[in-house]
Order: sequence, then C-alpha cells, then structure tokens
Amino acid sequence: MSTHPSGTVLPLSALVGKRRRLQDSRINMAHGSGGKAMRDLIQDVFVEAFDNPALNALEDQAVFSLASLATHGDRLAFTTDTYVVDPLFFPGGDIGTLAVAGTVNDLAMSGAKPLYLSCGMVLEEGLEVELLRRVVASMKRVADEAGVTIVTGDTKVVERGSADKLFINTAGVGIVPRGVEISASRAQVGDVVIVNGYLGDHGTAILIARNLLALSSDIASDCQPLASLIAAMLQACPDIHCLRDATRGGVATVLNEFAQSSNVAIRLREAALPLREEVKGACEILGLDPLYMANEGKLVAVVPRDAAAAVLAAMRAHPAGVDAAIIGEVGERPAGIVVLQTAFGGERIVDMLVGEQLPRIC
Amino acid sequence: MKYVDEFRDPEKARALSAEIRALIKTMPQARTRPLQIMEVCGGHTHTIFRYGIQQLLPEEVEFVHGPGCPVCVLPMGRVDDCVALAQRPEVIFTTFGDAMRVPGSKLSLLRAKAEGADVRMVYSPLDALKLAQANPSREVIFFGLGFETTMPSTAMTILQAQAMGLKNFSLFCNHITIIPTIKAILDSPDLHLDGFLGPGHVSMVIGTRPYQFIARDYGKPIVAAGFEPLDILQSVWMVLKQIAEGRAEVENQYGRVVPENGNAAALAAVQEVFELREFFEWRGLGSIDHSGVRVRAKYAAFDAEHKFPVPNLKIADPKSCQCGEVLKGVIKPQQCKVFGSACTPETPLGSLMVSSEGACAAHYNYGRVDTGFKRGGDEAARKVAA
Repeated sequence: MSTHPSGTVLPLSALVGKRRRLQDSRINMAHGSGGKAMRDLIQDVFVEAFDNPALNALEDQAVFSLASLATHGDRLAFTTDTYVVDPLFFPGGDIGTLAVAGTVNDLAMSGAKPLYLSCGMVLEEGLEVELLRRVVASMKRVADEAGVTIVTGDTKVVERGSADKLFINTAGVGIVPRGVEISASRAQVGDVVIVNGYLGDHGTAILIARNLLALSSDIASDCQPLASLIAAMLQACPDIHCLRDATRGGVATVLNEFAQSSNVAIRLREAALPLREEVKGACEILGLDPLYMANEGKLVAVVPRDAAAAVLAAMRAHPAGVDAAIIGEVGERPAGIVVLQTAFGGERIVDMLVGEQLPRIC
Repeated sequence: MKYVDEFRDPEKARALSAEIRALIKTMPQARTRPLQIMEVCGGHTHTIFRYGIQQLLPEEVEFVHGPGCPVCVLPMGRVDDCVALAQRPEVIFTTFGDAMRVPGSKLSLLRAKAEGADVRMVYSPLDALKLAQANPSREVIFFGLGFETTMPSTAMTILQAQAMGLKNFSLFCNHITIIPTIKAILDSPDLHLDGFLGPGHVSMVIGTRPYQFIARDYGKPIVAAGFEPLDILQSVWMVLKQIAEGRAEVENQYGRVVPENGNAAALAAVQEVFELREFFEWRGLGSIDHSGVRVRAKYAAFDAEHKFPVPNLKIADPKSCQCGEVLKGVIKPQQCKVFGSACTPETPLGSLMVSSEGACAAHYNYGRVDTGFKRGGDEAARKVAA
C-alpha cells in the first residue's frame, strides 16, 4: 500500500491504472520489448482509445459469460482477417476503419450480431506515433458505430524494412440468431441477386490515392460496417439464402463462389449494375472490369424471389443501402457459371480472376 | 458515361445486326461456308468477347482472331532476356502490367520479381523516366513492346531522356510492326480469310494508306475499325457490303480518330529513333522479315541491348502449342489440343492464353460454354423481377 505525500491513502488502482503519456514521437524496438516502453504504448494509445472493462483489466485474454452470449442466439461465429493497405490513409477511410469494418462484416455475413474484436498490430520501427493514434481513433469510431468492443490485443514491433509501416489483424466473435441459415451453397433456382449500392468505389479510390495514374477524382472508399443493415434485411426476410461482402475480387468473385457452391447459374444484367461514372471512367481508362473491383462496404445477397421486394425496401430505408438494387437472378444452367447479359445485348461469362487484374497495354 | 455510351447503344446494335442479317441473305458467297473476317487487333478481340458481339451476328459470319496482341506474340526467348536484365542487381526493370505474367522458358517477370528482381509495373514509359530521375544510382530499363500504337510514346520518351541528359535510362525494344505480319498471314497457304478489320489504334498512327496492298494485291477488303461495340458491328457490315458488291477496298470506319495519312508528329518521332530489324521472331508465327524495330545507333546510349549483355537465345514454342494455327485462323482456340486442359489462364502454355486480349484467354474467359441461360424449374415462364 503506497502512501500519498499528504498522508492520505491512495487506492492501488489509481496507481496501477495511471496513464503515462508516451514520450516518443516514433515507434522504436523498445515498444515491442515487453518492458515499460511497451506498457506505455499500450496504455496511452490502445487502452486510452478503446477503453472498456475487459481490455482495461490488461489480462492476457478477455473472458465472457456464456449465458449473456446465448441471449443473442444459438451459435457462435468466429472470424479473422489481416489488413495491409497502401496507402494507410485514403479518401473515405484508413487501415483502421478497414480493420474493424472488414471483420465486423465477415461476422455479419453469417447473420451474426458481431460482439467482440481482438486487435493485433505489427508496427514497423520508425512509424509515427501520431499516425498510429489516428488509426486507433478510426478503429474506435467504427467499432462504436458497429456496436462491437475491442477487448484484447497484441503489439509487435519489427525492424525498419521488415514490414510496411503498419499491419493489423483483427479477429471477431458474434452470435448467430436462431433460425438464420445463410450459406454460399443455398442459392436456389428463381432467387434474385441484390447489392446494397454502388460497386467498385473502394478499389477505385485506392487506385487513385496511389497517384500512379495522375487522375484526380473525389471518389471515396465505401468502407462501412454492414451489421445493422443485415439485421434490417433479416427482419424483412429471415430466410436470406446467401450473403457475402464483395471485398477483394469484387462482386464477380462472390457470385462465382455462390454459383459453384450451389451448383446453379447466375445471370447478371449489366444495365442494372449500380456504377458511378468515376468508377466506370477509371476502369475504362485502365481496361479493368468494375465487377472485379474491391468494395469494403458492399454485400451481395441471394434472396427468395417472393421476399425480394421486402428486402429491397428494408435496405433502401437503411443508410448503408439507399442505392440497393436487384442486379440478377439465379437459374439452372449453365451450372456453376456466372453470365452477364451485356447492356449491348450480348452475353458473356464472368469468370473468377486468375491473378491480380492487370491494366492492359493499349 | 458520356461519349462512350453512345457507341454502346443496344437499339442501334439491334438495327445493325438486322441489317447484317438482311445483307448476308443476299450473298451467295456465304452459302457454302461461313465468311471469315480477321480482326487484326487484340483490342478488337477483347471488345468482341466482352460485349458478346458474335451472338449478334448470323452464323454465316465468323471472327478469326488475329496476331494483334503484342503480349501474346512475344517469343519465350525475349521474355527470358527480360528476366535476365531484370535480375541484374543494378537494374529496375519497368513494364506494362499485362506483360508481367507472360511465361518465359523458366520464369515470368512476376515470378522473377518474387525471386528478388526489382520489377515494377508502370502505366507509361514516362513513369519509367521519372523512376530513372529519382534513382540516379540505379539503371532503369523500360520494356518497350507493342505495335505502332505504343511505338511513338516510347520514341518520345527516348528523345526526352536525351534532352534531359539521363544516363541511367534505357529501352529494351520489342516493338513490332503490323504490315509485314498481315502480309505473312496473307501469304500463308492454309488461309481462308475473306476480309479484315484493320487495327484502329495502329491506323491512328500510320493512317490507312499502308493497307492498300491488301485490297490491291490480295483482293481482300479491309476496314479500319474503332473499339466500341457499335464500331465493330458497323465495320463488319462494311466488309460484308464490299464482298457483296464484289469490291476490295481500304475503308475507314474509325474516321473520328484515324486520319488517312496518320499522325505526322508520331511517325517522325518513330522514324527518328527506330529502324527496322532484318527479322523478328514471333511466338506462334516464327521469324518474319522486317517485322520488328530496334533503336538506331545514334541513340545506342538508351538501348538496353547495347548497354547490357542480353542472352538472346531462341526458345522453341512448346510442341503441343498450336498458337500459330489459331493466329492464322486455321483452327479455333477450342480446337487446339491443349486448350482448357494443359493450357489455361492459370498455367498458360501458349501466349494466346496469357493476356485477356489473347484469342484463347478471351475464349476461355468469356466464351467456353454456351452461355444460353436457363431459368429452369417453375420459374421458366416468369419474367425477371428486376
């Protein structure tokens, strides 16, 4: 028990929990050493921002009561994703917004209510602490928006050149409500395909932010958590068949996964695809296909035809689904294949990408 | 999208498609076998597949996908040379994106990069020039490839490098020229072509006059064509009209971009920097006389082949590959022995499987199954809700 200079007794927690301001302006190897520098970093940057009882306890793990989890449903959803993006900040978001929204969305695509996230950080020696604070603040903001808590974490520092500034891993758990059975293998003949808005914004924003093209545009990433949108959709139709977020590989990749897992054909109508002029323009210049461009706040849903109107209405009433649209339908043949009915009147296959989309020479 | 959607109007497409069907009915030439029209340029191949244009044409008209994908006709030995240059420790090797995956005999540039070579994707040769300025202690090599379309920008880049006095920038020149190649195809004994869609972007540079021998000496119609789907349909109609009327002429559908005499400034830059090679090796087609260019001696300081040792080994195409026959239109991509089995976009054996403009990759990606979508079940009678 310590004694205050004035003679009054100070509670122990006031000392242990005391937050020391981190002195350094850049990350150095000591911040990953397990000693005082690391403790200061954790206290001043992470605990300060994320601030919740489970994390503040600074145990090696967060512990939850099973009974309280079970109030949300009957199955646990568990996922992990690692975020590496260049540049770290881009119009519409940063690596922190991605790291939270991405994992929240991966949980939510099962219909789960996302609850808790972990946060693992790999920091490159020399990283500016101020930049890290901005990223962490973004994580906190999106976590609050999505109704999740970041309850445990880990920090590693690697030597300059061994990582590119900052990598983040987040894992998450959520609870799937009873009766919800969403799976890529459940698309059925007659179902319709719905997206929640404009496609390809994130991929285009990143391309332009890298500034390799000397293009300028005010297009912003669509990075956003989708859990509450999905909750609204499930309310309109608890029997949503397939749901996936169209991140890397875009809508085309997700639909190919659905078509193959469900052994059905999916036909898209090019004229129905919600695409911004800027995205069409950038893709046109580079010879890229917006169907393969990454999104960070877009989902693809396959729903029974009878429920399509109700789901679409629920989506359009939600801020993350204002521009929702029906883009296609599920059929029998050719099984396992996605077909695009071009606005021009022809048809073509939309296949999985082999590697990265590469700009064409001429 | 303004100025683009006008050229993708489905109403006009249907009208043109109907005109073509009406025309073909009047043509006795189309009764014994389908008429074959070669689109020389890979950009056209891409448009044809991307918009499903073949389905808008009667079955009496077939496209033969020509040699105009510069990435596709690059021989393995030249890719090996690229890799050898890229593996030099002092070198930053810069390339257009779609050349990264072209297989050499051992490595592609993408794999060489993974093994430690400093290979960087650029969008323009001027990006490579900027890299050279920013990295004075390194040697920046630009992998120049393509037909007359990309040749002027490479030539201008060399002129600019000279004006800037750059000492660490050079070009690995693999530019090729289209006319001798069309001639080689026309001279091929197993050829059945009835007409050509002329390459629009090449024509923008060289004009339409260089094609006159095709009409005059070989009696084949050629129409310089644009790259939008309506451009292609209109050009097909123009070729068929010539055949129907017994004409063989050079016509220009792409008048909004292609001047008869080409682009004088671009041609002057090309003339200043490049000279014809005696011959150049093409993947699938073999060696074609005067079909490639090299950097003139007065610009040797910017010529990677002059500056660095280049292995320059000839590597035979894989025996099972039938890229040459596909390129000449003798067989269709799916008739090749290895199409879709040993040769796929994941593991391309032949170069035509590499770039999305390659005839085989386009067939594989967009057209390998009959797309005929069937609703099936009880839904067959219903209309699409959307």
